[in-house]
Amino acid sequence: MKFRLNAMETIGALMVLSLAVVAILAPWLAPYDPTRAVASTFGDPAAPSRMYPLGTDQLGRDVLSRIIFGARISLTVGVAAMAVTMTIGVTIGLTAGFFGGTIDFALMRFTDVMLTLPALLLAMAFVAVLQPSILSILLVIGLVSWTQIARVVRAEALSMTQRDFVVAARALGAPSARLIVRHVMPNVMPIIVVMAVLGTSGTLLLDAGLSFLTLGVPPPTPSWGRMIEEATTYFRVAPWLAIFPGLAIFYAVLGFNLLGYGFLRRRARAGVGL
Amino acid sequence: MLVYVIRRIVFGAAVLLGTSLITFVIAFVIPADPAVAVAGAKADPATLAAIRTELGLDQPLYIQYARYVDRAVHGDLGRSYIRREEVAGLIVSRFPATAILALAAMALSLVLGIPMGMLAAAYRERAPDNLLLVLSLGLVSIPVFWLGTILLIVGGLYLHWFPLGGFDGPKSLVLPTITLALGSAGYYSRILQTNLADAMDQEYVRTARGKGLSLRAAMFKHAMANAMLPLVTLAGLDFAGLLSGVVLTETVFNWPGLGRLAFEAVFNLDIPLVMGTVLFSAALVVIANLVVDLLYAWLDPRIRLGQQV
Repeated sequence: MKFRLNAMETIGALMVLSLAVVAILAPWLAPYDPTRAVASTFGDPAAPSRMYPLGTDQLGRDVLSRIIFGARISLTVGVAAMAVTMTIGVTIGLTAGFFGGTIDFALMRFTDVMLTLPALLLAMAFVAVLQPSILSILLVIGLVSWTQIARVVRAEALSMTQRDFVVAARALGAPSARLIVRHVMPNVMPIIVVMAVLGTSGTLLLDAGLSFLTLGVPPPTPSWGRMIEEATTYFRVAPWLAIFPGLAIFYAVLGFNLLGYGFLRRRARAGVGL
Repeated sequence: MLVYVIRRIVFGAAVLLGTSLITFVIAFVIPADPAVAVAGAKADPATLAAIRTELGLDQPLYIQYARYVDRAVHGDLGRSYIRREEVAGLIVSRFPATAILALAAMALSLVLGIPMGMLAAAYRERAPDNLLLVLSLGLVSIPVFWLGTILLIVGGLYLHWFPLGGFDGPKSLVLPTITLALGSAGYYSRILQTNLADAMDQEYVRTARGKGLSLRAAMFKHAMANAMLPLVTLAGLDFAGLLSGVVLTETVFNWPGLGRLAFEAVFNLDIPLVMGTVLFSAALVVIANLVVDLLYAWLDPRIRLGQQV
């Protein structure tokens, strides 16, 4: 089958790819050290100029360099948190959907309970207790965002388990583990990929929100959410400090959303739906 | 119908019990010592022991949990360590500001989102649909706290049209409402477009169209009725979610609501207040779920008769 990307997928993929390139090449792309005062206007944010295209912040640090390095943290946390989310969600969803019965009932009622809890509030409480670090943040984001994925994967696994090819394999004596890995998993994979891409926009926003509430990766590591939080003190005199990091978050989230919805559209056209 | 109603209520109560267990576990893993939080760091061991006895902290965990649930059922969520006030009272006093904001935001997001979704469905896979899809994806991709900050800078600082935060009359409601509503509007328009497009493919709509009904009439008279149902569910849940999920917006606009209360509670590790706000917002979601389920059963006989939809 020839695989051609539609327009949305292409644009989304290019946006995500460009972010990844920026994150990887940050030390070479950034004009200055993101954690050092480089402008002589220490204590006074400076407006964008030729030397500092996006201006400098209250500590004389270059905003552009900070945004470029911020891509590293945002992407790392966003993608790693998604991996945690998927691990929990897919495990719970597959187990519930495949085994059914009491296991399904118990796991899904647990999911119902988790769904009622406010994700951001829960994440805030966990991070505050664990102390913010990259590891604690991505674990916490994963812990509060898996419910939707578990539900979708469960529904998909449930319908797969009743299909003829799985029933036949089971009749031939294949053990559960083999049935899941060889027969159910590959057929649930497409929906998992779509959910993972769309979900990353959610983990990125959650991470940015935590950073904004000063519960993100601690300074001096540049993070987009934290940059906006720090900028609120100066927005009368230096609005650019708030504007540019926000655009960076927007760009990253939009990239993943375009890619994910592009996949969805492809599925809708092929008549499979979510 | 009665059996269905009772089943839903029992289910909701069970979910709440589960929620209370999780909040209790969270409180237990928070390393701060409640006795120290109440008495202060310099309190002598005898005072601390007395406070522990008074708070029931020397009891086994399951008894502590049972007492917690028993008190919560009677509306007693404990006393804030930092503010020294009843948690339930604090929540009740902060609730109206958040409820007003959530209501306004919900109304605006539906007013924007429904026409967007209908327009996109009417022009499926053509230019307006693609444009609206990109627009709605753009809206859901904006970080709320950033949007709020930008609106404050533009509308408050430069134009002087709106106050720079706080809850003081209808004018102060405008910017936070827009901040909260835009993302949901994009989301609702997507959901409605998908549902409407599906409904338009159904036989009953095609029959109506075949009889010579115009696209607009078929959409309004036939497809909308079915496409709106899932949207109502979502809106009901989101409304409950909005009530608790406004932490970021309330922080930006210094809004004296539940979100800021929860934020302060987390920062001060004020355990009863954290537990109280989490439990309260979970209760709202459960109640919203229940109301939506019952509305559904009332609107759609297939559900109350126990058939698969």
